[in-house]
Amino acid sequence: MNAVRSVCIMAISLPLLAGGCDDMSKQDRENPYASRNSAPADIAQGTVPYHDAPHPVPPLTAGLLQRGRSEYHAFCAPCHAETGNGDGMVVQRGFPAPLPLVTPDGHALPSRHVYDVITVGQGIMYGFAQRIAPEDRWAIVAYLHALARSQHATRADMTPEQQASAQ
Amino acid sequence: MAALFTPRANVIMTASVLAIACAVTSGCLLWFAWPYTDYARQVGWTIEQPVPFSHQHHVAGLGIDCRFCHSSVERSAQASMPPTFTCMTCHSQIWTDAAVLAGIRDSFLRNTPMTWQRVTDVPDYVYFNHGIHVTKGVGCESCHGNVATMALTYKAKSLTMQFCLDCHRDPGSSLRPAENIFDTDWHRVPSTPGPAALLARYHVGGRNLTECSICHR
Ligand code: HEC
Ligand code: HEC
Ligand code: HEC
Ligand code: HEC
Ligand code: HEC
Ligand code: HEC
Repeated sequence: MNAVRSVCIMAISLPLLAGGCDDMSKQDRENPYASRNSAPADIAQGTVPYHDAPHPVPPLTAGLLQRGRSEYHAFCAPCHAETGNGDGMVVQRGFPAPLPLVTPDGHALPSRHVYDVITVGQGIMYGFAQRIAPEDRWAIVAYLHALARSQHATRADMTPEQQASAQ
Repeated sequence: MAALFTPRANVIMTASVLAIACAVTSGCLLWFAWPYTDYARQVGWTIEQPVPFSHQHHVAGLGIDCRFCHSSVERSAQASMPPTFTCMTCHSQIWTDAAVLAGIRDSFLRNTPMTWQRVTDVPDYVYFNHGIHVTKGVGCESCHGNVATMALTYKAKSLTMQFCLDCHRDPGSSLRPAENIFDTDWHRVPSTPGPAALLARYHVGGRNLTECSICHR
């Protein structure tokens, strides 16, 4: 009798346990790269064109300038060069050269203009709306002002300590 | 009655028992260890891509930052693969009639995304997040190897659970200053802050990073 009972128990519980065997490495989890169908190539019906919501200018801090420097070097320097002259590495390989981002008298271009060019692009320069967050665009704008100033810096712009160490 | 077995049978018997034991043990070892070998995990294999994209040309040669193409890596779980638009930022003007780039131009004109084949992929039961690692001072190189030297992208690290835990047990020595995160050929120099200083700077520590629920949620 006992043998029959254990055979019955096995016959029921083993399939139940086996039900847990499953390839857990493939799950119904959100996968942004799953297939051609889920990739957002086509614009869905009934949606409106993407317009950048207005983003207030963040307060100017040293952190913002540092962020702007890093973002400028990542996204703009390949073409506009680290100096803003417009002879970056990609331009040296044949990309049409842009005008300098710093005017000859040492000023940056108007802030709003630069922000808008980063967002939607201009002429042959593509926009960066998807790649650079709005705060980071303002950070780049701020950095460009610092860059322009640094290229026409005089002794008087230095702090007393810097003047002392430059002796 | 003559003996059924000659004395040689003893030797044969012992030898075959040993052989069977050996076969079973090595079979088991292989069964368990094989999935963790670099070969089975395709470490170092290149994968055929629709366009033979070269990190070596773009990152080491041209000095383009990882974020130019993998732009969400600092903010989200996914590093994101570059859309065709990103390639066209430059390739709308340069190498415009190169045959290798035909796939990119096609994708742009027909408005169909490129299907890049995955090189690194963890199983779906693992939760991974790029943002936290990048903002806490873990460089791309720690998990992806020296991408800047790869003519074709390959998986450089095994990415087993052991690999993740090796760092999560003691992350200090693997952290780097924020400005070196994207540099895949960075080495500690004497002026680099020590592990303890970096741990403090990024506020890492004080909780158990080997908790199962951190990666399996
Ligand atoms: C792929 C190369 C490339 C990249 C990357 C690039 N630019 Fe440009 N940019 C150009 C070119 C070329 C022009 C000239 C466009 C034209 O007028 O046809 C230009 C124009 C501009 C202008 C307008 C200048 C003027 O005189 O009105 C600004 C401002 C600007 N870029 C800022 C930026 C910033 C900021 C970034 C980084 C987020 C950036 N660009 C990234 C190539 C590039
Ligand atoms: C010019 C654009 C570009 C730049 C810059 C770039 N990548 Fe990539 N990356 C790609 C493309 C396209 C792919 C997909 C094709 C492939 O796997 O080679 C890719 C794939 C990868 C993959 C493999 C992803 C997977 O799972 O398939 C890793 C890892 C990676 N990149 C890391 C980096 C790192 C680290 C940097 C900076 C050092 C970087 N990339 C810079 C365009 C770029
Ligand atoms: C910032 C500008 C820039 C971006 C963005 C860019 N490329 Fe390039 N690419 C170049 C330049 C410049 C060359 C020529 C390299 C040379 O002359 O050494 C090139 C060359 C190439 C080549 C042929 C040479 C080689 O490496 O074998 C391929 C293929 C290529 N790119 C693919 C891509 C793909 C795919 C993307 C998008 C993920 C992309 N590129 C994004 C600037 C760029
Ligand atoms: C702590 C380890 C780790 C670090 C650091 C890391 N990655 Fe990854 N990366 C992974 C893992 C794991 C995957 C596979 C994710 C998956 O399968 O969902 C991955 C996937 C990717 C992919 C494929 C697309 C995607 O979003 O899944 C790209 C591109 C990539 N990483 C680029 C980068 C870049 C660029 C950096 C540096 C800024 C970086 N990674 C830093 C572990 C890491
Ligand atoms: C080189 C070191 C390193 C490696 C390798 C590494 N990590 Fe991490 N990981 C960290 C650090 C540092 C943190 C941030 C810890 C903190 O904020 O306290 C972190 C945090 C995380 C978090 C977020 C924890 C939370 O709750 O906020 C997850 C999830 C994670 N890692 C998963 C992984 C996975 C999966 C792998 C393997 C593919 C991996 N990590 C490999 C260093 C590493
Ligand atoms: C730092 C992240 C991390 C933590 C913490 C972690 N795991 Fe994992 N685990 C992984 C990764 C990554 C894999 C996938 C390995 C692979 O690709 O085979 C994995 C795979 C597994 C597997 C599948 C078998 C295998 O090894 O492939 C089991 C079971 C598992 N983990 C259990 C646990 C348990 C139990 C804990 C808690 C003690 C834990 N894990 C903590 C990252 C982690």
